Amino acid sequence: MKDAFGIPQSLLVLGGTSEIALATARRLITRRTRTVWLAGRPTPALEEAAEQLRRLGADARTVAFDALDPESHEAVLGKVFAEGDIDMVLMAFGMLGDQAVDEKEPALAVRVAQTNYTGAVSSGLVCARALQTQGHGSLVVLSSVAGERARRSNFIYGSSKAGLDAFAQGLGDALYGTGAHVMVVRPGFVRTRMTAHLAEVPLSTTPEAVAAAIELGLRRRSETVWVPGALRMVMSALRHTPRAVFRRLPI
Amino acid sequence: MVMPADTVSVTGWGRTAPTTARLVRPRTYEEAAAAVRECGARGAISRGLGRAYGDAAQNAGGAVLDMTGLDRIHAIDVDGGTVLCDAGVSLHRLMEVLLPLGWFVPVTPGTRYVTVGGAIGADIHGKNHHGSGSFARHVLSFELLTADGEIRTVAHGTPLFDATAGGMGLTGVILTATVRLQPVETALMCVDTERAVDLDDLMARLTATDHRYRYSVAWIDLLARGARMGRSVLTRGDHAPLDSLPPRARRHPLAFRPSQLPAAPAFVPEGLLGRTTVGLFNELWYRKAPRARTGELQRIPTFFHPLDGVPHWNRVYGRGGFVQYQFVVGHGREETLRRIVRRISERRCPSFLAVLKRFGEGDAGWLSFPVPGWTLALDIPANLPGLGSFLDELDEEVAGAGGRVYLAKDARLRPELLDAMYPRLGTFRSLRQELDPRGVFTSDLSRRLGL
Repeated sequence: MKDAFGIPQSLLVLGGTSEIALATARRLITRRTRTVWLAGRPTPALEEAAEQLRRLGADARTVAFDALDPESHEAVLGKVFAEGDIDMVLMAFGMLGDQAVDEKEPALAVRVAQTNYTGAVSSGLVCARALQTQGHGSLVVLSSVAGERARRSNFIYGSSKAGLDAFAQGLGDALYGTGAHVMVVRPGFVRTRMTAHLAEVPLSTTPEAVAAAIELGLRRRSETVWVPGALRMVMSALRHTPRAVFRRLPI
Repeated sequence: MVMPADTVSVTGWGRTAPTTARLVRPRTYEEAAAAVRECGARGAISRGLGRAYGDAAQNAGGAVLDMTGLDRIHAIDVDGGTVLCDAGVSLHRLMEVLLPLGWFVPVTPGTRYVTVGGAIGADIHGKNHHGSGSFARHVLSFELLTADGEIRTVAHGTPLFDATAGGMGLTGVILTATVRLQPVETALMCVDTERAVDLDDLMARLTATDHRYRYSVAWIDLLARGARMGRSVLTRGDHAPLDSLPPRARRHPLAFRPSQLPAAPAFVPEGLLGRTTVGLFNELWYRKAPRARTGELQRIPTFFHPLDGVPHWNRVYGRGGFVQYQFVVGHGREETLRRIVRRISERRCPSFLAVLKRFGEGDAGWLSFPVPGWTLALDIPANLPGLGSFLDELDEEVAGAGGRVYLAKDARLRPELLDAMYPRLGTFRSLRQELDPRGVFTSDLSRRLGL
């Protein structure tokens, strides 16, 4: 169960090697979290991540999960929920893709869309039903500012996050009053492996900062969290920028 | 995602950590038994007037039995001083009925709006704990609806009684109880008020003269620092005897007419109770108290239940709610108490409802909270940054000194500390295992702490 400050005792991470997710897990373990499920492709990196959390004192377990195989989600996640209540599900899987390559290789672009969007739809619905049955729990969805308005430079990734974001908002409203809570987290540019090859931009942030924002959002039972918070204003301005101007912006 | 119509979001009095449950309101014992039998995989828990601060009367995804529908007073023994009533009867109702007959409830906490069932389940204490013990000491017997759907009569002194007294509703649903009452001549209190300039002065006064009073409590200013740390206002007294009343009041000495102010508004901005406002309040509260006054006549609500005058006062903390932290450390552990008070005051926790009390002998309930020593209770807005880890540190101090925190108020204790705080937890668990092997009686509290 979550405590008065919204800190979960058990955590299920979808996308168990995500740096943001692991930073969040580490932070929550220092508070209350004891049980952590890392769901992801069965790789040494996933085991290594679980081992790292075990060293912090958590009971960390791994489970094979593939966002691109929606047929399996019901069975795989059902087993996790059958082991005991999950107070928080962190949906952290996703791929950035390579815009230039993906534009030429539609099959690769579809992979990005399937991972980030359809994979989230199927696993999100499975988790939502389980949380509703429990009568409590948070589904924390890692969206992105890229989904707020598609940009020339990464609209394939951006459009998939836009779909995810809209899905999560709607799911949150559908679950209102059931005890389950959906929180959409929209980080800006986060310095991780996924973005290591990209040039840094203003208002960039770190996995640790995202983790801190998630903890705060849980306490406040927020529905939308921007990291850093200033991005809410920036993106609001960008959203209202005329297309002709927006197209020319160096972003 | 269609929701059954009777599914509601439930929180404790602190308004933190809401969860959703099926709310059932039995009007007969048969309905209660049926609700328990048909509660489903996620179990059931009884709920009274929802005054537990944390998640004790919540059951996410399961059934919550609203017991306030069972509210009949069956029999009053006016000569012997006992009452037999349903578990959903509130102490407020008992006072309304019993005071005109010259009887008072044996123990009352800081609110009258708790049910008899809740009073047993949390084994509540009041200002008279140093002499009268906790509520269950005055309960002769009760009827308990257990997980098998049977109704058992449980007498004082039996293992099931001791598991249920303070057992947070996890042994079953209390249906009726027989309670021994306190005789009174009037419905007024004779109160002595004095100020203590700091914590040591307070503890000295409580130690020296508490035994002279039936009721005793101290309001403590936790924002005062330095030499004034722990400055307090002691209010102690007893039921006023008839001959102490002025002639006018003697005409209706047992009249009980509590008055109420308008309720707190549904929406209060967060941060209303910050350091500045609470600091100001505490300063005024301390200064307006007389340095020493004896024999003041006060009405029962004024003396025992000042907050009951404002319905929904818990809303003043805003949407984020608040946590109440109450712990007890034994005699000889004054140093720990001093250290904790110092830490709270240095941390500037904005708490205006802090009280310190000296407990007397504990009672037999296995999970009953009071043990002889010092108990401090304070309210803190839940949105105070870093509050979670700060309270964790206080827990360590309390557990290190052999003390404990009060489960009826808890919403955040780390489960690992529970066994150390409640040494009879193992016995409690094995009785539950035997009595309720399927875990029918489950609450958010029991899930969170692994009770």
